[in-house]
Amino acid sequence: MFEVISKQEIAPSVHRMVVKAPRVAAARKPGQFVIVRVDEDHERIPLTIADADAEAGVITLIVQAVGDGTKDIVATPVGGAIRDVAGPLGHPTEIENFGKVVCVGGGVGTAVLFPLAKALADAGNEVTTIIGGRSEPFVILRRDLAAFSKEVLVTTEDGSLGTKGFVTAVLGEMLSDDARRPDAVYAVGPVPMMRAICQQTRPAGVKTIVSLNPIMVDGTGMCGGCRVTVGGEIKFACVDGPEFDGHDVDFAELADRQNAYKEDYCRLDAKLQQTETAR
Amino acid sequence: MSTGELTAKNRLAIDRTSMPEQDAAKRATNFQEVNLGLAEAAAVREAQRCLDCKKRPCVDGCPVRLRIPEFLVAVANADFAAAAEILRADNALPATTGRVCPQEKQCEQKCVRGVKGEPVAIGWLERFVADWAAENMAAPQPPAEKTGRKVAVVGSGPGGLTAAGELARLGHDVTIFEALHDAGGVLRYGIPEFRLPKRIVDREVDNLKSLGVKIECNVVIGRTLTVGQILDEFDACFIANGAGLPMFLNVPGENLKGVYSANEYLTRVNLMGAYREDSRTPVARGAAAVIFGGGNTAMDAVRTAKRLGSERAILAYRRGREEMPARLEEVHHAEQEGVEFLFLVSPLELIGGEDGWVKAVRLQRMELGEPDASGRRRPVPVDGSEFELPCDIAVVAIGTRANPLLTQSCPDLKLNKWGNIEIDENGMTSVPGVFAGGDIVRGGATVILAMGDGKNSAIAIDQYLKRQD
Repeated sequence: MFEVISKQEIAPSVHRMVVKAPRVAAARKPGQFVIVRVDEDHERIPLTIADADAEAGVITLIVQAVGDGTKDIVATPVGGAIRDVAGPLGHPTEIENFGKVVCVGGGVGTAVLFPLAKALADAGNEVTTIIGGRSEPFVILRRDLAAFSKEVLVTTEDGSLGTKGFVTAVLGEMLSDDARRPDAVYAVGPVPMMRAICQQTRPAGVKTIVSLNPIMVDGTGMCGGCRVTVGGEIKFACVDGPEFDGHDVDFAELADRQNAYKEDYCRLDAKLQQTETAR
Repeated sequence: MSTGELTAKNRLAIDRTSMPEQDAAKRATNFQEVNLGLAEAAAVREAQRCLDCKKRPCVDGCPVRLRIPEFLVAVANADFAAAAEILRADNALPATTGRVCPQEKQCEQKCVRGVKGEPVAIGWLERFVADWAAENMAAPQPPAEKTGRKVAVVGSGPGGLTAAGELARLGHDVTIFEALHDAGGVLRYGIPEFRLPKRIVDREVDNLKSLGVKIECNVVIGRTLTVGQILDEFDACFIANGAGLPMFLNVPGENLKGVYSANEYLTRVNLMGAYREDSRTPVARGAAAVIFGGGNTAMDAVRTAKRLGSERAILAYRRGREEMPARLEEVHHAEQEGVEFLFLVSPLELIGGEDGWVKAVRLQRMELGEPDASGRRRPVPVDGSEFELPCDIAVVAIGTRANPLLTQSCPDLKLNKWGNIEIDENGMTSVPGVFAGGDIVRGGATVILAMGDGKNSAIAIDQYLKRQD
């Protein structure tokens, strides 16, 4: 059992949760994730470890309550317990000093980006962060990222905060400006965003790392459900990733595999709602 | 009647009993156990078939060296408690092995009754007694004397559970680290409910806990802890983390939706309970399922697909029926349930529809050539024999490789060229105090071979610890 120490809604349906998990906290490095199963008969859900405090034995998770499983995770009260937290899983981010790095986060992907950006800054990189969201409330971790970023640039689809539009427009400007052009880009967010960014950086010849979050069951390489094609080879995101060279990733296949159970989940959600209403 | 009063002639006159089974048409639509278990009278009578011969070849056929003749004599005398004591002493998971062991290739193959007729149904009797003990006997108790030595076991599959049980009975303080959220390893995620109900696994695990074994789930060795960290806390370690890295076919279309590794397909259904209507874990269902492979895992997957509603559940194997490594009983059961077998075919490509889901597999016919390294005749492609088979689900059950998570974190562990851990004649690895067994050493093998390794390693660990005193 893993106790929930604190919990805070940082954006609509997005919760920052601090969870007691001493073994994970001690072993964790930036870029790694845990598999969380809130209770019996629940799904195993991969979540990035946003931060950790080995001494206090706690990890920070940022959870977007989208489906049944994540909703139940964020519904766990402070002092309550999550049944399973397994990890840390995946390869830690390979942190290098590239020089100038642009970190791009889309929606809740910004939570995954946060520990990477922090580690890159700690390694001496000049980090510029671009974060995007639907509208102002969905732009998360702005202040946390500002603590170590040279600059935090915000885009919103409705223009309620920062530049109106998508992160790609801001990144595009930087790529075409020799003075601001990054030596590397880290991008985490929805698949279409990461794909679009890779299409921008490939012709510019800028190394781009993406963090993938395909459907996963065990997270230890046992099932192969999270397989992605990278450079023409099958890779398991859970043990070979989750970070890959974005220019080698087959995003079309990834996007397609991610929606494999869309209908099942819709049906399940409807069914669960029915049961709840009946109660 | 006590067996003592039976002459050899009397015993020879008894025919082998049959296992009551759930009706094939009915069971093909549910996940309840296929074999229903022997009744008491049938069990006693079956045990009376044992000639209690001097050579005891059955014991040599058993990887955990269960004292089968003594066990059978007790059953024949209807002294089930005495039989259960023998079982418990020699085998940590008797209700499991009584259900999933390939007895026809082990104890029963060696039984002298099998020379002219049918062997004693040792497996069915093992199951009978294990189930009887669960109903009628108290859980096993920890030994009074403790050694004060701490041993870590990595993995709670058959190898790890067996080693843990053995070590606990020897008085050691045992902790099992399990990566998944429940204990049992392949017994939990791999073998389906209809062959090994999970309540049986729960019971076996509970028995070990009664012996004092501690189990910590959600600990991934190689990630959460390293072997080095384990050695800081424990006096010895037994690695039995299995061979959990699925092999794929390496043909085009393998990443289409509806294409699974057997591990994923079975994990979704077994560990995550996707066969239940109210499960939160989805699994693809469809009118036609094709499973590639010919082993027990392939058999489990194809019978699962049938139960999940596939009208056609087809096992496609590149060799012939005789070469299939699957247990005979599973093959018979699958046939009764309406599973189709397609022999001497090999997949060339998986073909998808516009929706990204698999819709067919292109197969090529094979013929058997000269024997290969495994002694089985090698399948050779027949030119121009390609054909398409429509399918909605495809499951790849062609084996697993060693999972490198643990070994990568412990560079001192000597591996063979396939990534399996090398051990000496005592089961010890190149790292002193670290032992290994089961699939991580053998590659893909069976439950009982892993258990044999667990038992032998436990004895070796005990001796190792004594040498350290």
